[in-house]
Amino acid sequence: MNDIAIELKNLSVNFARYSALDNLTLSIPKGTFVSIVGPNGAGKTTLLKVILGLIKPNHGTITILGKQIDELSAFDLGYVPQIKTLDRTFPALPIELVSTGLNAKWPGRLKKHDKNIVIDTLERVGAGNLAKRPLNKLSGGELQRVYLARALIRKPKILILDEPATGIDWIGEKDIHKIIDEYKSEFNATVIMVTHDWESAYHHADFVLLLNKVAVCFDKPEDAFSEDYLSQTFGHVGHKHEMLFSGSRHD
Amino acid sequence: MIDVFLQTFMLRAMLAGILVGFMSSYFGVFIVQRRMSFMGSGLAHAAFGGVALGILLNTEPLWIAIPFTILASIGITLLRDKTKLGSDTSIGILFAISVALGIIFLSLKRSYTADAFAYLFGSILSVQTSDLYVTLILSVITMLSFFGFWSRWAYTSFDRELAGTDRIKVTRDDYILNTLLAITIVVSVKLVGIILVAAFLVIPAASARLVAGTFFRMTIISIILGVISSIIGLIASYIFDLPSGATIILVQAAIFFISILIRRITIRESL
Ligand SMILES: Nc1ncnc2c1ncn2[C@@H]1O[C@H](COP(=O)(O)OP(=O)(O)OP(=O)(O)O)[C@@H](O)[C@H]1O
Ligand SMILES: [Mg+2]
Repeated sequence: MNDIAIELKNLSVNFARYSALDNLTLSIPKGTFVSIVGPNGAGKTTLLKVILGLIKPNHGTITILGKQIDELSAFDLGYVPQIKTLDRTFPALPIELVSTGLNAKWPGRLKKHDKNIVIDTLERVGAGNLAKRPLNKLSGGELQRVYLARALIRKPKILILDEPATGIDWIGEKDIHKIIDEYKSEFNATVIMVTHDWESAYHHADFVLLLNKVAVCFDKPEDAFSEDYLSQTFGHVGHKHEMLFSGSRHD
Repeated sequence: MIDVFLQTFMLRAMLAGILVGFMSSYFGVFIVQRRMSFMGSGLAHAAFGGVALGILLNTEPLWIAIPFTILASIGITLLRDKTKLGSDTSIGILFAISVALGIIFLSLKRSYTADAFAYLFGSILSVQTSDLYVTLILSVITMLSFFGFWSRWAYTSFDRELAGTDRIKVTRDDYILNTLLAITIVVSVKLVGIILVAAFLVIPAASARLVAGTFFRMTIISIILGVISSIIGLIASYIFDLPSGATIILVQAAIFFISILIRRITIRESL
């Protein structure tokens, strides 16, 4: 029980009469990297939002780090959202956004001490040069890095990433995966990452959750990416999965 | 004798002007960022309904207008949250109900309704000691909200969902903000009038938005501009014998255009 990071039991979420998640039961061990893969509208983001406490499930229970969601501290979870819902007209600097990761509130005047930590973290994700540009002038990929810095800076036990590599250039994508892997091993953190990039799921994850309203399979990548499971998740896939995974696993 | 009268009444108006200018320009930054200026207008018209009821009941309109306007603000927020209607639609509906009620209340009164006109266009002559007390208490609460609430309201204005993931009770905070906003509007109405109150709330914050790079600076600059424009406006209205509300708004507008110029110059320089 103690080595379980997230435990879902018979979890269902309905939007009006539409079922987004159906009877999910799942245990995610601490310190593992889980990739969630599934078609658009499969309920991937919905599942993350349930874990974050943004959506209340209609049925079932969630236990995170042995606690109920309301008992959990905001600092236990780091989150990079898929769709950035920020107000683009809001006057803000990247350092301010990242500082919300540190303090869980919007900063007035940033303390020198906090500012240094923020700038270090931005440098770590390759965004040190962005620190004082207006936030609303950043490109999609730049913004994504700032959000990653915001998630990492609080050193969460659980890192929740919704398509974190979207909009990041090819070299940057390798960088980001390296940063996430390093963070995971340094803090023995649990990482949950939604991705449409099967290859990165295959190479980085300890477990893959194939999701399409129901959990089709939760297993090691080698077993999860079987043609059978994939066609159950996505309907008929056009190509053989062997073509996709010609590379070998890392480490 | 007349001198003393002038002095105390001018002092009262000036104090009220400074406090009301402070509160409106402080809440104004949230109104601007949350695109709620129609809410300001809607609550001002709700205040009209409350004032009219107060006049009909022959009591101090303030004591009726405050709960009336708070109820309207709760009603607007509830309608927005519980139905799929946009907040502009909810405001539009409550707006019309309040004004319709106000007109009927005033027509029932049948006597001279000069009071109501003072509320429509604002008048420093109408600022009473009781207004001053309410304004003073509200100012203290507003200042206290700077510690604690400001950063949560700011966070929620920036990104409601992200603030939610940081366990901020965004809905509860909305009700608190809208309630304080409702009272601020009622006490501002005496000075600037129902028609101009929405602009009074928004112009200093909009000017500050043009020149500030962070929300904290925007808040500070907005407050400074709000207080200064109230002082200059009141002095000008006294010297030239002009209506106070309209004069303050024109001073604010002048500052707004200066802010546009400053922004153009600084952008050109940074290129
Ligand atoms: N607030 C909501 N109200 C109604 N329906 C919703 C809501 N949020 C999500 N849905 C629906 O639930 C389903 C799952 O949405 P979700 O965002 O979880 O998909 P996803 O797997 O993340 O997809 P994508 O790959 O496109 O990001 C979708 O069909 C969506 O329309
Ligand atoms: Mg999604």
